[in-house]
Amino acid sequence: MTLSSLFPHGWQHYLLGGVLIGAGTALLFVLTGRIGGMSTVFSSSWSFVVRRAFFQQARFVDSRGWRLVYAAGLILGALVWWLGFAGGVREATAVPAWQLLVGGFFVGYGARLGNGCTSGHGICGLGSLQLPSLLAVLTFMATAFLTANLAARWLA
Amino acid sequence: MSGAGLMLARSLATLAAGALFGFGLSVSGMIRPEVVLSFLHFSDFGLMLVMGGAVLVVLLTYKLAPRLLARPLLGDHFQAHPSAWNRDTAVGAALFGVGWGLCGVCPGPAIASLGAGNWDLLWALAGIALGALVQGLRARA
Repeated sequence: MTLSSLFPHGWQHYLLGGVLIGAGTALLFVLTGRIGGMSTVFSSSWSFVVRRAFFQQARFVDSRGWRLVYAAGLILGALVWWLGFAGGVREATAVPAWQLLVGGFFVGYGARLGNGCTSGHGICGLGSLQLPSLLAVLTFMATAFLTANLAARWLA
Repeated sequence: MSGAGLMLARSLATLAAGALFGFGLSVSGMIRPEVVLSFLHFSDFGLMLVMGGAVLVVLLTYKLAPRLLARPLLGDHFQAHPSAWNRDTAVGAALFGVGWGLCGVCPGPAIASLGAGNWDLLWALAGIALGALVQGLRARA
């Protein structure tokens, strides 16, 4: 097995991108003390419009402001990359809309039920050496491998 | 620094941290569902380097920052977010993986891709927001 068979499109940009993602999470922690998982914003933002007690919990209401700012930063960072480094060619995907919508629904439901996603359990949870997060990562990696390969077989 | 000044500085710091995160997601190709799916199909292992690089930086920072600094530069204390292993975490993670495997989009890239003009991913963003809503409506509060 060679490096180019594992990484047919090169490996440097993956490592660089990963380090930058980590640097963003690290910067948030060093400057503000906050733990920057990304899925909570999808619950905390509903607290602006849904009165239900679940959404009005302090952990959502107290963090909903900065979480939206953090999300805006995400868009800003991608915009800088797009205009400054990618020539401003609009990104698009061949994944069908229904797959994005249905898959997205399970991503949102599952991440919030399980209290974390690829960044919450993956980056922050593993970064703080938490065993429950490692188990969560192994669980979602396993079901993701299974689903992606079954989908490739049946839907393609 | 005055109260309002500190609030503004914290917001700008949060925006900058998010921007770095979003820039990294873009550089690494994670805002392209095809790149994520090619990892899940075992044809390109780049995602392991993305996760590995990010975890390493965060691991060092979470360990070292509280030892070197009494408090965050613009905050009053370093927060922690303990995770628990229970039925909800297990079922939630499993369902998250099913969705991720189906669409190749997770919450960070769904947001960031808007900055790269990828309107297709608005479908995924809407799905995630709906999923989070339904989860909250079904949860015992």
